[in-house]
Amino acid sequence: MSNIIKEKKMEDTSANKNLKGGIRVMDNKMKMTLPTREAKKDSQEEKTVKFDIQDVDLYYGDFQALYNNNLEIHEKEVTAFIGPSGSGKSTLLKTLNRMNDLVDSCRVEGLIELDGEDIYSDKYNVNELRKNVGMVFQQPNPFPKSIYDNIAYGPRTHGIKDSAELDHIVEDSLKKAAIWDEVKDYLDRNALSVSGGQQQRVCIARALAVEPNVLLMDEPTSALDPVSTSKIEDLIEELKEDYTIVIVTHNMQQASRISDKTAYFLSGELIEVGPTEQIFTNPQHEETENYVSGRFG
Amino acid sequence: MKKQSHSGSTNSLIIRWIVYLATLLTFGSLLYILFFIFIKGIPNISLELFEWNFNSSNQSLVPSLINTIIVVGLTLLFATPIGVFTGVYLVEYADRTSKVTQAISMATDTLQAVPSIVYGLFGMLFFRNTLGLGYSVLAGVLTVTIMVLPLIIRSTEEAMISVDRSLREASYGLGAGKIRTIFQVVLPVAMPGIVSGVILASGRVIGETAALIFTLGTAPNMATGLLQTGRTMAVHMYVLTNEGRNVDKAFATAVVLVLFVIVVNALANWISDKILETGAK
Repeated sequence: MSNIIKEKKMEDTSANKNLKGGIRVMDNKMKMTLPTREAKKDSQEEKTVKFDIQDVDLYYGDFQALYNNNLEIHEKEVTAFIGPSGSGKSTLLKTLNRMNDLVDSCRVEGLIELDGEDIYSDKYNVNELRKNVGMVFQQPNPFPKSIYDNIAYGPRTHGIKDSAELDHIVEDSLKKAAIWDEVKDYLDRNALSVSGGQQQRVCIARALAVEPNVLLMDEPTSALDPVSTSKIEDLIEELKEDYTIVIVTHNMQQASRISDKTAYFLSGELIEVGPTEQIFTNPQHEETENYVSGRFG
Repeated sequence: MKKQSHSGSTNSLIIRWIVYLATLLTFGSLLYILFFIFIKGIPNISLELFEWNFNSSNQSLVPSLINTIIVVGLTLLFATPIGVFTGVYLVEYADRTSKVTQAISMATDTLQAVPSIVYGLFGMLFFRNTLGLGYSVLAGVLTVTIMVLPLIIRSTEEAMISVDRSLREASYGLGAGKIRTIFQVVLPVAMPGIVSGVILASGRVIGETAALIFTLGTAPNMATGLLQTGRTMAVHMYVLTNEGRNVDKAFATAVVLVLFVIVVNALANWISDKILETGAK
């Protein structure tokens, strides 16, 4: 048993070293098999690195939850984290806006850079980080306040008091989250009174209202019905134009539908990352193959 | 299979009747007490009971009613902010595993179980004698403040702990700091629980006798200053019953006290609704 794990670790680190080269080679293949994606792949070459995750280990007390994760997340792309429960995908996601700070026993080792700056350095303002890196959670979690106040909470937190400006931000954010038409007449209603799918889009609007440039989504559709799910997936497709999106999902169809890159995690390790088509059609690792083909997980 | 589902329904029938019976017993005895007080008290309610000044022939309850309002009001004024902020500290700031926090927690629980006469004796020795406050509103209020603090601390703690963690995460996730998260998100949601703790506290003060007899005193006059002695309605009823000559008037006073408690509860609920409304906006 322990031998298998050791083998896997070795494979993993070698895969990480060859990561960039691997992606380029695969891109060329993609162009031939999937011409519709061609334009996107071309622009991808120039995309800048938003998050640079280097050698990240994470511990809860004595328990190690993440092992030596290395990953680059590119600007204005959708990166999906997939893997079985307990694989560490949500945990890694939460390190990106330091939500793990809320867990007392949690300790992060390694380097995570956002736009070239170490977000775990003492000088880095964590509130500023979370303003720039918005988060949408697994369960819709609107505040038990009016829809308007939910959206205005973030901007108010960051010092905007002018009511005309707030009105504008609220309308703009709800429009971006594709829910304005459904709620524009009920802005003073409690956000908990709308449906679960609508609540989740209100939460997305709330995250957008502080003008982040990254959006972290932790299984945002796992508590929603198929119709609401497809609305949110369409929304992610649109938001990708302006935002860098990292989404954790249990749903492999979802990952293949909406993401540009997919990262596969197992037991706290990043096994493989690459263009989504590659991960789903021609994975380099057996574990990935087993997972995406449904033989495992 | 069939037998199992049959016995299941018998069990659920038994449990249902136990629940009904328990409700009937609780509610029935409560109704009986109220009914008993009203039957005994209402015929004895007379205009002279509501005369502004107390004398030995009218046994007016007005001075003690005013004293009760003063004592309850002042106690909540002191105890609510201290209790709520202690609760906030224990939930949001203190390290749950530290010895100090555990000591505070244990002290809170122990104080809650201490009989009120102990508070009365402490108040007598400390506030009345050591601080030299004498029989006074201040000595009484400070004593019952200490008495109800654990109640308010505990209910605040419980209300705040039960606020969904995901709401805190949402607030922090938007870049809000700790203070803003606590005051804008956690406290408004915890408000109903905190208010019910405050209502319970006011109920304890309204019904308190032992702790007040030794600190506020039993004088039948209206207290017009912080250092004046007086008696609350509960103490008034105790004295009337004890003297034995005016038990009928004690029942009449009880009727007024019950109505007073109902008004206080309604008021507290109304205030908490108002706070929630503004909190939601």
